[in-house]
Amino acid sequence: MSQVNRLSSGGRIDRDTSLEFTFNGRRMVGHVGDTVASALLANGVRIVGRSFKYHRPRGIVAAGSEEPNALLQLGTGGRTLPNQQATRVELFDGLVADSVNCWPGPDFDLMSGIGLFHRLTPAGFYYKTFMWPASFWKYYEHVIRRAAGLGRAPTEPDPDHYDRMNTHCDVLVVGAGPAGLSAALAAARAGARVILVDDQAEHGGSLLSTRRDINSGQALDWVAAASEEIAASNAVTVLRRTTAFGYYDHNFVGLFEQRSQILSDGGDVSRQRIWRVRAKHVITATGSFERPLIFADNDRPGVMLAGGVRAYVNRYGVTPGRKICVFTNNDDAYRTALDLHDAGVAVPAIIDVRDDPIRDLPTEAMERGIDIIDASAVTGVNGARGVKSIEVMQLNAAGDGVTGQARTIECDVVCSSGGWNPAIHLHSHSGGKAVFDTERGIFVPGAAVQPSHSAGAAAGIFDLAGCLRDGTSTGKAAAANAGFKNASRRKVPDTDTEDEGPMRLLWSVPTTAPIGRRGKHFLDQAHDVTAADVQMAAREGYTSIEHAKRYTTLGMAPDQGKTGNIPGMAILGQALGVDNVGDVGTTTFRPPFTPVTLGALAGRDIGPLMDPVRMTPIHHWHELAGCKWEDVGQWKRPWYYPKSGETMQGAVNRECLVVRNAVGIMDASTLGKIDIQGPDAAEFLNRIYTNAWLKLKPGSCRYGLMLGEDGMIMDDGVTTRLADDHFLMTTTTGNAASVLEWLEEWLQTEWPELKVFCTSVSEHWANVTICGPRARNLLAEFTDDIALDSKSFPFMSYREGTVGGVSARVYRISFTGELSYEINVPASYALNIWTALMNAGEKYGITPYGTETMHVLRAEKGYIIAGQETDGTTTPDDLGMDWIVSKNKDFIGRRSLSRDDNMRNDRKQLVGLLPTDPDKVIPEGNQITETRLEIPPRGTRIAMIGHVTSSYYSANLGRSFALALIKDGRGRMGDQVYMPTPNGIIAAEITGPIFIDLDGERQDG
Amino acid sequence: MLLIPCPFCGEREESEFHQGGEAHIVRPKDPDELSDAEWADYLFLRKNTKGLFLERWVHLHGCRRWFNMARNTATNEIIAVYKMGAQPPKAAINKPPKTAVDKPPKAVGKGAKK
Repeated sequence: MSQVNRLSSGGRIDRDTSLEFTFNGRRMVGHVGDTVASALLANGVRIVGRSFKYHRPRGIVAAGSEEPNALLQLGTGGRTLPNQQATRVELFDGLVADSVNCWPGPDFDLMSGIGLFHRLTPAGFYYKTFMWPASFWKYYEHVIRRAAGLGRAPTEPDPDHYDRMNTHCDVLVVGAGPAGLSAALAAARAGARVILVDDQAEHGGSLLSTRRDINSGQALDWVAAASEEIAASNAVTVLRRTTAFGYYDHNFVGLFEQRSQILSDGGDVSRQRIWRVRAKHVITATGSFERPLIFADNDRPGVMLAGGVRAYVNRYGVTPGRKICVFTNNDDAYRTALDLHDAGVAVPAIIDVRDDPIRDLPTEAMERGIDIIDASAVTGVNGARGVKSIEVMQLNAAGDGVTGQARTIECDVVCSSGGWNPAIHLHSHSGGKAVFDTERGIFVPGAAVQPSHSAGAAAGIFDLAGCLRDGTSTGKAAAANAGFKNASRRKVPDTDTEDEGPMRLLWSVPTTAPIGRRGKHFLDQAHDVTAADVQMAAREGYTSIEHAKRYTTLGMAPDQGKTGNIPGMAILGQALGVDNVGDVGTTTFRPPFTPVTLGALAGRDIGPLMDPVRMTPIHHWHELAGCKWEDVGQWKRPWYYPKSGETMQGAVNRECLVVRNAVGIMDASTLGKIDIQGPDAAEFLNRIYTNAWLKLKPGSCRYGLMLGEDGMIMDDGVTTRLADDHFLMTTTTGNAASVLEWLEEWLQTEWPELKVFCTSVSEHWANVTICGPRARNLLAEFTDDIALDSKSFPFMSYREGTVGGVSARVYRISFTGELSYEINVPASYALNIWTALMNAGEKYGITPYGTETMHVLRAEKGYIIAGQETDGTTTPDDLGMDWIVSKNKDFIGRRSLSRDDNMRNDRKQLVGLLPTDPDKVIPEGNQITETRLEIPPRGTRIAMIGHVTSSYYSANLGRSFALALIKDGRGRMGDQVYMPTPNGIIAAEITGPIFIDLDGERQDG
Repeated sequence: MLLIPCPFCGEREESEFHQGGEAHIVRPKDPDELSDAEWADYLFLRKNTKGLFLERWVHLHGCRRWFNMARNTATNEIIAVYKMGAQPPKAAINKPPKTAVDKPPKAVGKGAKK
């Protein structure tokens, strides 16, 4: 197919450069400067897709981001992009585009039968139809998605990369039309740092699509000169193909930049970028959106917006049809008729709802011999697959009925204009209100609530001279606000002026039958919402626009109702008997203004860069030893070290036996370590921990439990008094940061009188723990200045000395119950000490062990892990840890422990479980029941009395065991309980939570 | 995203901060004197004001210092920042907020007196 609708001259396209592309598999040709939409129209394509609900054939309506119908699936594979508006995608060579909502294709769509049953799919269709049974929703959803579904997300990884930029400026100007360019010029001339953003590849905004004069020359010559002057300024950053998608607090604006003409391929640079701009002042010169007249069957392919048609003719050198009628309530649409006529396209008639329009533009039209049918309306469109003719009747004075004989006018396109709505989206994002202008029937921006201005059409100023004036003064004011008061005195450019008459508001165009009875009046073509739907919503009691919007889904499609929302509100208002549309209110605009890709939002924060990985200084040794890793917070910790052919359980069994019978070695460097210093350090710990700290002697360690003020366990760990005014606190690996924050919060906000400083030293000290009966013999080989016998260096104490020639802090702390030395050395020495210990320990059978073995061994001793045995609802008493709760002092959380609920007997308490079958390991987290029921009778409810917190197979016990929290657990010793699992019921006996070395004799070796 | 004037570092992005809830809530000196209900009030109950609100923030990914802020929750206007233990600046509290709100909350408790 050749470019049948390409005009022989005109347009801002490069006719010498042809671009090949395919649409639904058909090869077509366009030019540089085309959008996909203009190229499709040039190639005579009328149907671009099927509608969302009724699968009616649909064509291109507009030329910008308000386009509701022409949504395309662009590209293939990992680069495919769904739901791209054809009107916003620049054409490139090799582009592959497909319609999104039809199968097998838009010209013949199997789902179109739905249109015949439209009475079955009214407003609120989902809520009414898919009501019962609720459990079937998971099936409904698939059906609805397929029937209604827009584009497809890519299933392959995205091969491109994306960037994020952060910047500041004095004045951010959004929009490079006449107002935006004027504003940017004025601000830049005053010396302000300016960012000028426009979503198009070239500047000019509405001027690109109209034939106007500025300074007695073509408007686009002025645009070129202004653009050049701006680009030459060092203080200005110009961003093209960039959309300001959101205006947030404190003048923070998000920009979405498309970096190349080729939308679906980044090439050598990042494909898209998000700019995060903090501006001293923001100017939104975002222009306006034309609203259609809402007449019967206004969704037929070939029904378009007058401004859109004008853009295709003037900017792209394309006519959407050969005989184009214009239907309007204002003078501006006459420009479309004039431009069409001058381009050689037949304009059979202009249908104007006003009586006897006589100002400049209608006069020009008459002079060209165009038939103006005044005080009339389009009452019908013939041609289901594309406009063939329209019906025109006389409109009555009230605008609510038509009279006389219908006149049929042959045409292939009818374009309408119902006036222009300022694009107040960004103003609305910024928190500004919309104010209804009753006379013009538009919402204009109310007072700015952030340092910002709306300028030009976005402020409701639609005449060109006004836009240039307003842009200039707004730019000056913004620069002055940002501190640049030396504005240029250059004159605002002159323009041609045309005297325009007032519009006649007509929200819905009547036919001979009530609305909805004869043809459909579409408000939102993207979501198939009609005027009748909105009226029905009103009848059903949806009197708030916010509710009616959600019920009908008006304006909730990808185009966000940029064309049909205001007529929709007005029609709701009429149905509710509200005269003033302003009283109906407008729905809230929210970011993004147009869709933003997730890739751009994620930027570089993907894959390994999504979250930092923290590695201990011994990491690479573990890696070479072939360990399996466990992620603990951001840390990588060795989980277990399998030998070749060994299962996880095999490795853990071996590691567990070595620790209890010889000596194991563990990298515990990830433990949180907080250095606490100051004369009040002991008093501070006394308030933070549940037990007493004032009398702890330097050189001694103590286990501490930290509660939230609600009495629930937050964290635990051993803290050592290094000197009178100096402590080293350890925290669980995952809580290191939050515990430090907790300490700092109390010190700064509640107890500023305490002289205490807290410093994180987690990464400064590595911790090599040797553990097992031979640990003392091994350590003795490495130190001659630390006496290791139990008298000189007792359990829960710490000594400083040299280990292997390195200054070390050695702690006799044990998380396994075995004789254990935690050797802390500055991180850079850790690998050295580790390998030396490994070599020397060979004769004892030293074995590295990982977190899994550590967990098994500590559980054998009934030692808890905060976050495993606790879950934010666990008190010390629940864990049988009353022994650590002081009765003689206040501490954080103490008052809460005496709340009634925390004193109940039937709270879940920590117990041990021994499964009847010693080879069965209960899944962690499993619920526990009192009674054994294979299949509970229908309708019965089985009480869960608790859950399993830790569960392992123990090589040392030769059996499985578990820890659990069970209601009144301590009162149920010896009872049988049952764990229903997917693989059958496991029975177990309740025991105490300590399984090995009840009297703690092993810790001394 | 707010631009927060840290009293110690100057203006920084909101992402460097954590909000710490209502300000000027002081831990009772003798919790045992309090009934369960009074204790629960201290523990859990916070204002949810539309308009002028006094709240705590910490410059977590910066100087790590806590401070107080007077903010209009309806407009996100930051009316004042002031140090822990200080009273909100009178001028800030008396300034009519941009949206109509109830009377400005009174600073109460021990922390307010410091």
